[in-house]
Amino acid sequence: MWKTVLRRILIMIPQLIILSILVFFLAKMMPGDPFSGQINPNTDPKQLAALKQAAGLNDPAPVQYARWVGNLFKGDMGTSYIQHVPVTSLIADRAVNTFWLSLLTTIICYAISIPLGVTAGRHQDEWQDQTVQIFNYITFAVPAFVFFILGIWLFGFTLGWFPISGSVSPNASGFWGTLGSQLYHILLPAILSALITTTSIVQYLRTGIVDNKVEDYVRTAHSKGVPDNVVFNKHILRNSLLPIASSFGTVITGLLSGSMVVEMVFSYPGMGKLFLDSIGQRDYTTLTALILIFGTLTLLGNLLSDIIMSIVDPRIRIK
Amino acid sequence: MAKEIIQVKNLKVHYPIRSGFWNRITDYVRAVDDVSLTINEGETYGLIGESGSGKSTTGKAIVGVEPVTSGQIIYKDVDVTKPSNRRKLNYNKDVQMIFQDSMSSLNPRKRIEDIIAEPIRNFENLTTDQERTRVQELLDIVGMPSDAIYKFPHEFSGGQRQRIGVARAVATNPRLIVADEPTSALDLSVQAQVLNFMKHIQQQYNIAYLFISHDLGVVKHMSENLAIMHRGRLVEIGSRADIYNHPMHIYTKRLLSAIPMVDVENRIKHKKHRQEVELEFQNDQSKWYDKNGCVYPLQQVSGNHWVALPKDEVIQEELNEKGRD
Amino acid sequence: MEKQSDLLLDIQHLHTAYRLQGKFYDAADDINITLKRDEILSVVGESGCGKSTIAASIIGLYDHKNTKVTGDIMYNELNLVGLNESLFDKIRGNKIGMIFQDPLASLNPLMRVGDQVAETLYYHTDMNEQERHNRVIELFNQVGMPKPESTYAMYPFELSGGLRQRIVIAMAIACKPEVIIADEPTTALDVTIQAQILDLLEDIQRQSHSGIILITHDLGVVAETADQVAVMYAGQVVEKADVKTIFENPLHPYTRSLLNSMPQSEDEDEDLHVIQGTVPSLQNMPHEGDRFAARIPWIPASAHEQEPIMHEVEPNHWVRCTCWKTFHFQDEVGGE
Repeated sequence: MWKTVLRRILIMIPQLIILSILVFFLAKMMPGDPFSGQINPNTDPKQLAALKQAAGLNDPAPVQYARWVGNLFKGDMGTSYIQHVPVTSLIADRAVNTFWLSLLTTIICYAISIPLGVTAGRHQDEWQDQTVQIFNYITFAVPAFVFFILGIWLFGFTLGWFPISGSVSPNASGFWGTLGSQLYHILLPAILSALITTTSIVQYLRTGIVDNKVEDYVRTAHSKGVPDNVVFNKHILRNSLLPIASSFGTVITGLLSGSMVVEMVFSYPGMGKLFLDSIGQRDYTTLTALILIFGTLTLLGNLLSDIIMSIVDPRIRIK
Repeated sequence: MAKEIIQVKNLKVHYPIRSGFWNRITDYVRAVDDVSLTINEGETYGLIGESGSGKSTTGKAIVGVEPVTSGQIIYKDVDVTKPSNRRKLNYNKDVQMIFQDSMSSLNPRKRIEDIIAEPIRNFENLTTDQERTRVQELLDIVGMPSDAIYKFPHEFSGGQRQRIGVARAVATNPRLIVADEPTSALDLSVQAQVLNFMKHIQQQYNIAYLFISHDLGVVKHMSENLAIMHRGRLVEIGSRADIYNHPMHIYTKRLLSAIPMVDVENRIKHKKHRQEVELEFQNDQSKWYDKNGCVYPLQQVSGNHWVALPKDEVIQEELNEKGRD
Repeated sequence: MEKQSDLLLDIQHLHTAYRLQGKFYDAADDINITLKRDEILSVVGESGCGKSTIAASIIGLYDHKNTKVTGDIMYNELNLVGLNESLFDKIRGNKIGMIFQDPLASLNPLMRVGDQVAETLYYHTDMNEQERHNRVIELFNQVGMPKPESTYAMYPFELSGGLRQRIVIAMAIACKPEVIIADEPTTALDVTIQAQILDLLEDIQRQSHSGIILITHDLGVVAETADQVAVMYAGQVVEKADVKTIFENPLHPYTRSLLNSMPQSEDEDEDLHVIQGTVPSLQNMPHEGDRFAARIPWIPASAHEQEPIMHEVEPNHWVRCTCWKTFHFQDEVGGE
C-alpha cells in the first residue's frame, strides 16, 4: 500500500509543476507589475525601467519563473497591489477563517447526509425514502445564494438566532469568549452550506445501499443466519460507505475552495471572499496566489481520496 | 485431403505485466504461446480449454480483433496478421465471429433488420429491397419468423438471440466463423436447436467453424478435428477419434475423465477412474510440464495426431500402449 | 436417546408465488418432495422451471413483500413456511446450509474469507474468538484449502474460482447442518474443478450424514451424484424417481426429450433432438391442462389428463399426467 501512496504522491509533482507554470503565465499576462500603485506617478520612466531591470522583470521567462518558484518556497507570494501588504500574510489570516468554516461544514454535512442516505437506502421507495428524495431535490435545485439569503432572512433576520455577518463579535473578549463568538458566527453559514453539499453524498449512499442490498453476498449472509439488522450494518452499510469515505478528500477541498458564495453572502472574511474582492479590485498578485492555492488544494484533495480508498478497499490495498 | 482455409503458425499473444515501483514491464502473460493449427474448408475445428487457457484469445486473434505479438495467420497464402492484408483480401467479410453472450453482442437499440444488415452494408452495395430480402432469407435459414426484423434484441429469448447472432455471422457468406462458446449460456434444449442450425448452415454453405468451447460433449458432437489448450499452449491435437478414444496427454485424459457422464450404472467406476487420473496428473506434473508449468512442444504420433510429449522414449512407450488398445 | 428420524425435509403442497405487476403467479406449483438423511436429492430442470424458487422457499430467503408461500415445509416438527424470522435465523446456517452458484458474488468482497466463515459460527455456537478461528482452519482443511492458515486473512478476489467455492462450502457446513442446499454449485466452474467440488460434497455428506438438495440444469452432474431426482418443468415436478430409474427408464415426455437433446449420442452426424416451442413465461403459464402439451402437439389432447397429477407408476417412480403412456417422438411411429 505504501508503494501505491508514494507513487501517487510522486505523480503529483509533475501536476504541481504544470499548475505552477500555468499560474505563472496567467500572472504574466495580467496587466500591471509589482510597481503599479507603489510608485509616484511622476517618477521618471527611465528610473522606473531601471527599477524593473533591477527587479529582474526583463529577464527571460524561465529565469523569472525559477525566481518566482524560489520565492514561493520561501513563502513569498508577492505584495498585494491594493492593500500593500504581503499576499502571504493576507491569505494566512483568511485561510484560518475558511479552514474553520469548512471543517465545521464538513462535519455537519456528513452528520446530516449519512443518516439521511442510510434511511433512504434502507427504506427504499417507502415514505422515508421519498421524504429524503424531496429534501434532496430541494438542496440540489435551489441555487446556493438563494438558499443562503433565505437562511439569513429566516434564522438571522426574522428569528434572530444567529449573527448574519462577520467572523467574530467586536465585543467578544478572553479566549473562550472569542472562540464562542467565532463558533456562533460560523454556525449558520456552516449549516446552510452543509445542507446544500449533502445532495451527492446522500444520493451516493442511497444508491450504494440499494445496489448492495440485492448482491449475492447479502443473500449469503442471510443464509448463514445473520440477523437482518446485522446484515445491514456489517455487510450492506459498510460496503456502501466505501465510496463515501473516499469522496471525503474531494468534498473537503471543494468546501475550502468553493466557499465564495457563502463567504460573500455572510461577509465572512475567508479566502473565498478575498478571491471575489481581489477580482473586484483587480488585485492580481492576490488573485494568482489564490488560484495557485485552490489548484494545489484540489490536487491534494484527490490525493487524499486516493489514499483513503487504498486504505479502506482491500482490492487496492493488496497489490 | 481437404483444402485448408486457414493456417495458424506459431501464434503468440503476450500481454505485459507491469509491477514494481516504476510500473515497468517485468514479465508477460503468455495468453497464447506458440499455437499452430490448420482448419480445413467446411470443417468444424474444435478448440477446447478451461477458463484462462487462451482459447478465446486465439479465436479473437484469428478474427483480427486481438493484436498478435508474433506468428502468422495464413489465409489465401497471405499473412493476415497485417491489417493492410486483411483489407486487401476482404478478410473481415470472409471471417466472422459468434459470441457467447448474445445479449451484449447485439446492439440493444437497433432493430434486428439493422443488426443483420450491418455486415452486408459494410461489404455489399444492395438496394433497400434487396437488402431486406437478404435479411429475410437469413432469418429463414436460422428458423426465425419474418416479423422478427422489426423487433429489438430484448424481445427475444436467449436461444433466439443466439440464432440472430448466427444469422448476422453468415450474412456476408463467410468462409470461416469463429464461434466462441456459442451455446454455453443456453439451456439444453435450446442449445440443441442452435447447434443443429449451425450444422445445417455449414452443410449448405460450406462454412468452416472454429468452435471454441469448454464443453467436451458439445465439441465432440460438432467437430471432426480438435485441439486441447492449456495455459496458452496446445496440449494435444487430432481427430475426434484420436482425442476421445486415444487421449495421450495426461491433461487431455484428466479433462475427459472429468466430464460428467450419463451412465448411472458405472458411475462409481467412472469416479474411481477420474480420481486415478487426477492423482496421476498431480504426481506427474514434472513429467508432463516443463519447469515453467508449460507443456512441451507438440510431437507427431500418427497421421494428424500430435501430442505435447516430453521425451522421445515416452512416445515409444505411449505408442506401444496405443497399439495394445 | 431418541432415534433421529431419517426424514429431514418433508415438503407438501408448496406453492410459491411472485407478484408481477400487482398479480401473484406461481413459480413453484404444488411441489411435493422429501429429503432423507444420507441422500442427495437432485432437482433438475431448465432455467425458469422453478428449481431455485424451491431453494429460496426452503431457506426463507425471498422478498417477503412480493412473494407468497403456502403449503408445508416440515423440518423435523417445525414448519418453515411462515416461520418467524428470528427463529428462522437460528435454523439458517445452523441446521440448513446453503451453497450458491457464483462463488465470487456470494462472498463479501471487503471481508476476509476466514471472518466470513467465522461469522456463521458466531451466531450459532458458544465458541470464543480463538475457538472460532481454530474451527475455521479445521473447516478449511476439510474442504481442501491448500494453505488454511494464510488463506484465513485473504480476500475473495485473491482466490481462484474453485477455492472461492470451497470457502462458500466451508461456510455452509461450518455448523454441521443436517440439510445442505446447493443451488447450481458448479455451474460457474471449470469441468475439472466441478468434479472436485462434487466429490467434496459427497465426502461431506458421507461424514456428516446430512441430506443434500442439489439444484442443477446439468443432467451429467445429476447422473454422477444424485440418489433421488425430481425433474421440473414450468414450476411443477413432472417426474420423480431414483437416479437409475430416471436415466434408464424415463417416462415423462419432458424427461425423455431433455435426455435426447444432450449431445452425447454416438452418432455425431445426427441432429440433436429439439423440443418444439419455448417454456411459457410466468405470466403466460396455462392454468389448466398439461403444461408440456404445447411442446408435443402431435400427441392428441385426449392423451393428457384434464388436471394432470402425479401418479406412482411403479414403487417410488412418480410421473405427472398419463400422456407418457402414448407418448412417442415425432419422428417415431405412434405406439398406440
